[in-house]
Amino acid sequence: MNFAISIVEQGLIYGILTLGIYITYKILDFPDLTVDGSFPLGAAVTALLITKGVNPYLALPITFLIGALAGICTGLIHVKCKVRDLLSGIIMMTALWTINLRIAGTSNVPLFSQQTIFKNDFIDGIFPESLSKFKTLIVILILALISKFLLDLFLATKSGYLLRAVGDNDTLVTSLAKDSGNVKIIGLAIANGLVAFAGGIFCQEERVFEISSGTGAMVIGLASVIIGTSIFKNISILKTTTAVLIGSIIYKACVAIALRSFEPQDMKLITAVLFLIILVISMERKKKVKTNAGA
Amino acid sequence: MLELRGIHKYYNPGTINEMCLFQDFNLTIDKGEFVSVVGSNGSGKTSMLNIICGSIPVEAGHILIDGKDITKEKEFKRNRKIGRVYQNPAMGTCPSMTILENMSLADNKGKIYGLSRGTNKARIDYYRENLAQLGLGLEDKLDVKVGSLSGGQRQAMALLMSTMTPIEFLILDEHTAALDPKTADLIMELTDKVVKEKQLTTIMVTHNLRYAVEYGNRLIMMHQGECVIDKKGKEKEEVSTDEILKVFNEISIECGN
Repeated sequence: MNFAISIVEQGLIYGILTLGIYITYKILDFPDLTVDGSFPLGAAVTALLITKGVNPYLALPITFLIGALAGICTGLIHVKCKVRDLLSGIIMMTALWTINLRIAGTSNVPLFSQQTIFKNDFIDGIFPESLSKFKTLIVILILALISKFLLDLFLATKSGYLLRAVGDNDTLVTSLAKDSGNVKIIGLAIANGLVAFAGGIFCQEERVFEISSGTGAMVIGLASVIIGTSIFKNISILKTTTAVLIGSIIYKACVAIALRSFEPQDMKLITAVLFLIILVISMERKKKVKTNAGA
Repeated sequence: MLELRGIHKYYNPGTINEMCLFQDFNLTIDKGEFVSVVGSNGSGKTSMLNIICGSIPVEAGHILIDGKDITKEKEFKRNRKIGRVYQNPAMGTCPSMTILENMSLADNKGKIYGLSRGTNKARIDYYRENLAQLGLGLEDKLDVKVGSLSGGQRQAMALLMSTMTPIEFLILDEHTAALDPKTADLIMELTDKVVKEKQLTTIMVTHNLRYAVEYGNRLIMMHQGECVIDKKGKEKEEVSTDEILKVFNEISIECGN
């Protein structure tokens, strides 16, 4: 039981990150490696704010804004300096490593005695003893659903339409007398805002900031997006945002089950192999091979 | 009125492959003109459109709309007054969005893309009417993704979308070239109808000499960055496909084609 709860908790936290990667990878068609830096950025900002005594709930929107800032930087590097998309992300990811260390002070900040969004007087007060096991899960579920619904709402606005159009066909956006570069920057800002938001929640849940917590975040998110979109692609009632959230939980479950029969240091290898298997199974890969062959 | 004054355009400047396309190219297009542009490959037709729209920069010269210099203006800003349909039907629509979403996007051109609802429900009937005019049955498929439509259907939508909001110029870049003859005829008739209805100043590049002769009120043939034929008004009405083809053949022989 605890095993399952922990999988869903982790799955939903990374699900918020996956929502961000869904924007860059699926909507913008932008391989954004900034994610590996903006996830711990959210954690670093959270660690700093909480140790300074800031309300842990207030820390959440702040992490979103700081993450959005990182996304804007990646966007500016790509759009204004005309650096290739992959390289823009790598530049920001590298820069963020130092920035994260500077923000947090050290590479490891424990938050054992401080109040977090999961453990404070308010939360302890409203949850009866019998539900204490699900406390963390419920808080994460609420945050994940809020993120999902806000993203859904945004994607249905005029600005959201433009964002969806830019990854599909940026010529059309230019024809509509809009600067496609600006639209890309907005998309990257929202995506990295969500990723940093997830990083902040992760930091509060684990009660520690770890500089290397972002390593491989991109791969986790990508795998989750691909699982979610390929499993549920024929179920049109299910929104893609819901599908990627579930995809993230499935991915975390796969990793957790695999880890039961391996050592913790095998984690990254399992991640890589799992990612490869997912790519091979999903149609995504077949499509890519076809377009490459045609080119 | 659209003016190109003293345009110089080089490709690959400063390299061994440097190629001069336009050297002091001048062209004036009056309001309400429907110009058909023909010419062999590499004669500068599409480059001219790209220069007008700002998709490619020029080395020297000026582009003026109603006397206002827009040479330095960015492509997306110029597009406020310009609608453009490309040769590739995929360029004018968003394949992963539905017909309704595409229409809503186009309908908002020139306004702010803010946080209000993407699709205005009150406009849906208007979109339906517009789509019904095409006679392709698209009005009943509002929730179908544009990516699953045929090239002809997409091109018809692209034409509709680019002329939905008030624009001054319509740029057609071989917009019937990728379509089968029957669909091409349909799109061409639609184009003529839209241009006449909205009184748009139009520049149409085409390889179809029949269209060039039949439609529009001015005909230009381009060759190596110059206009070798420029007929308007009565002259244009009297011109025949054979006559154009004759000049075209002479040019082609000269090039060794």
